[in-house]
Amino acid sequence: MTDIAHLVCDQVTYRYEPQAEPAVKDISLVIPRGQFTAILGHNGSGKSTLAKLLNGLFLPSEGRITVSGMDTREEKHTWDIRQAAGMVFQNPDNQLVATRVYDDVAFGLENIGVPTEEMPPRIDEALRLTGMAEYADRPPHLLSGGQKQRVAIAGILAMQPQALILDEATAMLDPQGRKEVFDTVARLNREQGITVVWITHFMEEAARAQRVMVMDHGAMAMDGTPREIFSRVEEVRALRLDVPPMTKLAHLLIARGIKAARDVLTVEEMAREVKRLCPSCWKN
Amino acid sequence: MLRDITLGQYYPVDSPVHRLDPRTKILLTMLFIIAVFLASQLYLYVFILGFLSLSVYLSRLPARMIIRSIRPMRILLVFTFILNLFFGTGETALLRIGPVIIWQEGLLNALHFTLRLVFLVMGSSVLTLTTSPVTLTDGLETLASPLKVIKFPAHEMAMMMTIALRFIPTLVEEADKIMKAQTARGADFTSGNLMARARAMVPLLVPLFVSAFRRAGDLAMAMEARCYHGGEGRTRLHVLKIGRGDYIAYLAMAALYVLLLLPRWL
Repeated sequence: MTDIAHLVCDQVTYRYEPQAEPAVKDISLVIPRGQFTAILGHNGSGKSTLAKLLNGLFLPSEGRITVSGMDTREEKHTWDIRQAAGMVFQNPDNQLVATRVYDDVAFGLENIGVPTEEMPPRIDEALRLTGMAEYADRPPHLLSGGQKQRVAIAGILAMQPQALILDEATAMLDPQGRKEVFDTVARLNREQGITVVWITHFMEEAARAQRVMVMDHGAMAMDGTPREIFSRVEEVRALRLDVPPMTKLAHLLIARGIKAARDVLTVEEMAREVKRLCPSCWKN
Repeated sequence: MLRDITLGQYYPVDSPVHRLDPRTKILLTMLFIIAVFLASQLYLYVFILGFLSLSVYLSRLPARMIIRSIRPMRILLVFTFILNLFFGTGETALLRIGPVIIWQEGLLNALHFTLRLVFLVMGSSVLTLTTSPVTLTDGLETLASPLKVIKFPAHEMAMMMTIALRFIPTLVEEADKIMKAQTARGADFTSGNLMARARAMVPLLVPLFVSAFRRAGDLAMAMEARCYHGGEGRTRLHVLKIGRGDYIAYLAMAALYVLLLLPRWL
């Protein structure tokens, strides 16, 4: 049976301390298999906590979370869930364990007890998919931030997960590294059908997802396609977030009385709008 | 300047000694240290020197690296020699300088102790020069694993060592960054007496420790997310295998023991 619902939260609440204000409040969501979902939210909105709930690093105080039908609260599923829903963290320096890229990718495989002779093909494949094959023998501290994150992704891919959860994986990277990591994950989603939960505060990354969720004070404030979400500029701004630069530009044009579309997301779309609105300004 | 420290003193070339199983090398180093103490006559050190030279030759290490390894010990060596030379007693006096008598036994003792120290240090240098820290850790973990029955945390020790090796360059880089940041704000790490300099380290060490703890927390979370749950049920990427070279090495060591012990029986 192919289950369409991959990651499911059912009225999930999480408190760090029993009496504390919940960090995640009554969230219910269904993420289907193969979907690329971006989760947005300002600092302290609970998006990182939600990520850690999704692979059983935290257990819900109330409600239920299932990954491929496995309940995260059941201890016998813990390792299966973490293998099925791999997680990449924010700081590229603080998640690599070994002194050599190849050995680091093996770390997860060693932990889940993969036989030694099955490791090399899985490691090679993971390094190839992330474009890190030529760095296999390097020590991690000599890699760039983007490369370190791709090694972290390779370490998870080798475990053959069905979902990748990236908790602000590009926050500490330069634009080049950010693009490398995003493109790698987008390709894995497209070609390997891996479900992606992409937590970020970069609007242009969220604009490229299939679905955007916006969190605020631990609750789910908005949920829809990037086009739906970002055309509601005032609502997004009220949640202390920005809209992608091109959406912002479209709204500035509208404010000046130019009848641009409200749901422009990318530079290409904006170029098309400009061409439509002013065919004469368009040379070549 | 902090950046170009090397980890340990591993000398990366490919040689029959480099390829030996780390367990073999650790055990042989221990046996070599015992052998050094078995040499009861001065001429027997020739065999020890021969064994050492052979292993250095096979390991393609530059001889000067081995000789350089005793440099940090030079003061201790000189002291050992002088103390044994002047403060021993014996029966045959070799030399009399005023009230000081140098005995033949004292001279022999001095030579024995000094040579032992030299060979001890050189022998263990061969181990650390030909074995990368990670391989060494692997070897130690496997050798210590029988001790698990008495609750010795062999796997945890090895994991700690690996993580330390992984994070030393990261922390060195960070120390460098903090140092520059504090210097930019007027901190002075290079002048003043010892006390002043030690005090100047505080604004360096406090942020470094805080950050190291944060890193440790992050890393623990990341390791758990990658299914780490201790040594139980864990497989390994690098499986240690005893090969032909290892047997030859053990045989060579056995030969050294025979040569050293033979005079006692004859």
